[in-house]
Amino acid sequence: MAHQGIGARVPRKEDRRFITGQGNYTDDIPVKNAAHAEFVRSPHAHARIVRVDASAALGAPGVIGVLTGAELANDKVGSLICGWMIHSKDGSPMRAAPYAPLARDAVKYVGNAVAIVVAETKNQARDAAELVQVEYEELPAVVDPAAAQASGAPQIHAEAPNNTIYEWALGDKGAVDRAFAGAAHHVGLDLINNRLVPNAIEPRAATAIYDRAEGRFTLYTTSQNPHVTRLVLSAFIGLAPEHKLRVVAPDVGGGFGSKIFIYPEETVCMWAARRLGMPVRWTADRRESFLTDAHGRDHVTHAEMALDANHKIVGLRVKTIANLGAYMSTFSSSVPTYLYATLLSGQYDIPAIYAEVDAVYTNTTPVDAYRGAGRPEATFVVERLMDVAASRLGIDAAEIRRKNFIRSFPHQTPVIMSYDTGDYEASLNAALSAARYAEFPARRIEARGRGKLRGIGLACYIEACGIAPSQAVGSLGAGVGLWESAEVRVNPVGTIEVLTGSHSHGQGHETTFAQLVAERFGVPIDQVSIVHGDTDKVQFGMGTYGSRSGAVGMSAINKALERVEAKAKRIAAHLMEAAESDVELKGGEFVVVGTDKRIVFANVALAAYTAHNLPPGTEPGLKEGAFYDPQNFTFPAGTYVCEVEVDPKTGGVEIVQFTAADDFGTIVNPMIVEGQVHGGLAQGIGQALLEGCTYDKASGQLVTATFMDYAMPRASDLVSFNVSTTVTPCKTNPLGIKGCGEAGAIGSPAAVINAIANALGVERLDMPATAQRVWQAARASRAPIAAE
Amino acid sequence: MAQINVKVNGRAVSRQVEDRTLLVEFLRETLGLTGTHVGCDTGQCGACVVHLNGRAIKSCTMMAAQASGAEITTIEGLATGDELHPMQAAFHQHHALQCGFCTPGMIMTAVDLLRRIPHPDEATIRASLDGNLCRCTGYHNIVKAIAAVAHSGAGA
Repeated sequence: MAHQGIGARVPRKEDRRFITGQGNYTDDIPVKNAAHAEFVRSPHAHARIVRVDASAALGAPGVIGVLTGAELANDKVGSLICGWMIHSKDGSPMRAAPYAPLARDAVKYVGNAVAIVVAETKNQARDAAELVQVEYEELPAVVDPAAAQASGAPQIHAEAPNNTIYEWALGDKGAVDRAFAGAAHHVGLDLINNRLVPNAIEPRAATAIYDRAEGRFTLYTTSQNPHVTRLVLSAFIGLAPEHKLRVVAPDVGGGFGSKIFIYPEETVCMWAARRLGMPVRWTADRRESFLTDAHGRDHVTHAEMALDANHKIVGLRVKTIANLGAYMSTFSSSVPTYLYATLLSGQYDIPAIYAEVDAVYTNTTPVDAYRGAGRPEATFVVERLMDVAASRLGIDAAEIRRKNFIRSFPHQTPVIMSYDTGDYEASLNAALSAARYAEFPARRIEARGRGKLRGIGLACYIEACGIAPSQAVGSLGAGVGLWESAEVRVNPVGTIEVLTGSHSHGQGHETTFAQLVAERFGVPIDQVSIVHGDTDKVQFGMGTYGSRSGAVGMSAINKALERVEAKAKRIAAHLMEAAESDVELKGGEFVVVGTDKRIVFANVALAAYTAHNLPPGTEPGLKEGAFYDPQNFTFPAGTYVCEVEVDPKTGGVEIVQFTAADDFGTIVNPMIVEGQVHGGLAQGIGQALLEGCTYDKASGQLVTATFMDYAMPRASDLVSFNVSTTVTPCKTNPLGIKGCGEAGAIGSPAAVINAIANALGVERLDMPATAQRVWQAARASRAPIAAE
Repeated sequence: MAQINVKVNGRAVSRQVEDRTLLVEFLRETLGLTGTHVGCDTGQCGACVVHLNGRAIKSCTMMAAQASGAEITTIEGLATGDELHPMQAAFHQHHALQCGFCTPGMIMTAVDLLRRIPHPDEATIRASLDGNLCRCTGYHNIVKAIAAVAHSGAGA
């Protein structure tokens, strides 16, 4: 048997059902007698609801019911929650306003759900939804985060004066002020981190079934964390106690963060299923995905860096306004705070950092974690500043980074994080060499001969993954612990089922988790099945986001495997009449060291279940569970190098080469890891060049609400990527895994913008760097290279 | 109501459906062939691509009634028994899918591409995928899988 354990590039076990059309996504699951739901949504960004008249809709063909926010409130269905408490710098708690699953008195963004129409067919529900008459009294709206706090801005929630949710700060302001006062150089930059729409290709969906006799719900839904969904629906929204609620997240077609959250739609479908006495199903159309999936990013930032005469950074000062949209989504408060400002030290030894973050309400779709979540924003701040500093000080972009790298570990930053390990110079060198950085000047000259402006840009990113030590995040305001659970069940014939609280929605867990088992027990991965995504099967789990499934989810499995191995070894020693200390597990066999005595793993499993000959006091069976709580975050890091050519006549940007050198610690399956990087890079390049979620400032309408208006990266926008890895194993988990899911999206926006800025000789360039923006920047640039 | 007579994956089927039924709704909801997906409502994403009389089409932009009389192949009908079509095998071998949602449309588009252009270069492959969105793979391995099939000459 070819090696299938850790490090093996084995093709995925789960592929066959997807490539033959046998995937089992929420909308594919047939449910007998299910009715179809359509939501009536606000066409206004901000309005008072005067009345809702459903009489015409109720008389339409096939309509079973029309339910409104008033009825939802009467039935005491709870408000959606934000599960992470942030305190302002004055000590006051964040000003969170209620988020009703159906709006009753007022709507706060375009797409805000007002009513649900349930009918026998989807088309009947759609037709009837158009007959629901909602009378609105329009109110002025604000969509821009910087404008939301201005005096005279429309007030969105009475709970949050000046639309301000919190005014949070991290770091030592005095130390930073002193560092700036004594510094030889200051560089400053205004940055906008553009709002993005996650756009998993599978739209969100929910099918709710209520068993009246048992008082029990089953919810099929597109979730990255079905147990967290169950917890929130039970403990906070109050639809059913946990033991009366089964949440199944079957095959899920991409998440990128957007399927972490608990949304109005699944909540309302459950309530409607109970009220109307039949299963209710809903699948978003793409317009609804644009309007209602939690968006990402949307920061306005001013950042300043102070450097000494030797080009060493002595201080960093950052002020950010974060747009959280019209309501606070499930984890929204944590993204621009603890997932953002804690990474502002980057890969650098910075003695003093101070960050202030104001979070604001606006009349826009709620904003929450999207691939990278806070860390792309932090990387963009630090890595744009590094390039501007290098250019102003007249030194090479790689050199200024090299000069400031952290070189000894563990390293305590001034913004909470303690980095366990890393080798930033190794990934920088690997990337520069793969990108042929030293020969770039010749390529620039050659491009000029063709009338093209060629530029090169670096980004040395760091991220915090493996979320997270429960006690630490609890002390920072998290409402949940962030451990993971696992159970390993060995069957009598030696096949193995692993139950995990992680959830795969493209990450390939059915393969990589099986590889971990193959590594330890020597069984082929085909004899291992990974069970996930069903709260009736897996006891509990915190789900998949923040690149945590390897570092946390697999560590939990590893812990359970250790327990299984310990018991199996005890049984094997007994069967071979050897001392346990003389027995070793090697290549799927227990052997007595120094003898030819051996017993294969499967035979030990059988012995455990026949229980005819077990060591005294040993229970039959071979099944163990574990909860794993990480000691620390993990810190993947790396260097990305982007090379572009700009056509100064059109402003068109072509990426001619993109090089990535990542340090993810231990890698279980290089093929899957590379795939994660490719996908992350595409999303980050999309942010840098193409994707800009745009609201009309006057009306608050989402202008980019279809794939015709919102530019998703297509195959022809991208190149084949040049990816490689360097390895420093993580020191705080047993497998040495750091995580790889978000790196691409974190490091690439800064690399792309640095490359274009380098080509044009400009400092500021906002994302997305569309042809129009780049052409304008080229025209405005006084750099000689752009004057052609 | 419209009478639809089609051959789907080699099997003749006749059904009466509401006039406004889209071909993709007919496949998914009437016939239960849920391998063909819906990822948008503007004909952009390509998750719904099937073959109609041997050519790739977006089944979300065609009425079921318009397809009456045609031969349709969906992702479920591409393999021969347990033997995968070379494009399916290449997607597996080259890790050209992650969440799998765009995959059926991607594979059907890729098969049609090689039917039309048996030996495309990378730029041609990329340009030919403009009607199919993938949010997971960055297209890197999709391009690689299609190029591998083209190189092996097994695409037809």
